[in-house]
Amino acid sequence: MRDFVLKRVAALLLPFIQMYGLYVIFHGHVSPGGSFAGGIVVGLAFIAFATIYGLERGRAKVPEKATTLVESYGTLWYGLMGMIGIFKGAPFLANKLAGIDLGELGALSSGGLISLIGLGVGIRVASTMVALFFTMMEDES
Amino acid sequence: MSFTTVDYGTMVMLLILVVASLAMYFIKDLLHAVIVYGAYTLIMALVWLQMNTPDIAITEAAAGIAMTVLMMVAIYRTSRREE
Repeated sequence: MRDFVLKRVAALLLPFIQMYGLYVIFHGHVSPGGSFAGGIVVGLAFIAFATIYGLERGRAKVPEKATTLVESYGTLWYGLMGMIGIFKGAPFLANKLAGIDLGELGALSSGGLISLIGLGVGIRVASTMVALFFTMMEDES
Repeated sequence: MSFTTVDYGTMVMLLILVVASLAMYFIKDLLHAVIVYGAYTLIMALVWLQMNTPDIAITEAAAGIAMTVLMMVAIYRTSRREE
């Protein structure tokens, strides 16, 4: 793959695509989108990098160990965020009941823990997409 | 019962959805079917937007692209394309 224009355009666009994906993840409670859609956008940025720059360089960016760890610990992160409520003496996944300052309406902090929970789900979805892509593309050995 | 122009636009999009779904079933070439699926998911995202659910529209667009890419990869990896 020696396409100069494609590589330069991808190098310009991919950081913004990833930033947009993270924006969609973190603003899931105040704007359209959510952790699932944002996670897929982040994962597609990695997939686009791997298809344009070659599988080896893509694999160097996201090793198999990284996708495995992120997939597991993203779910664990969700559970830990839910346990905050229990530690504070409130139900599981409690937000305002756990004494978290929610700030003003419409701000990013108005969701309390939802942005952090969404981060766990989002990186998990992204790593699942990347793992699916690499599992299909790489040779069985 | 009266239709506005928005309703006519939605009806046209829903008609395209039905035609694309049937086409995906009857087309023999798998690559062509995936291309039709890409068109289907684009129109479906517009329909979700028309129904005032931008949340689902973003998810549909992202997931549609992702599934299109993954199915293209699956077709690329399998040697025979004809069903």
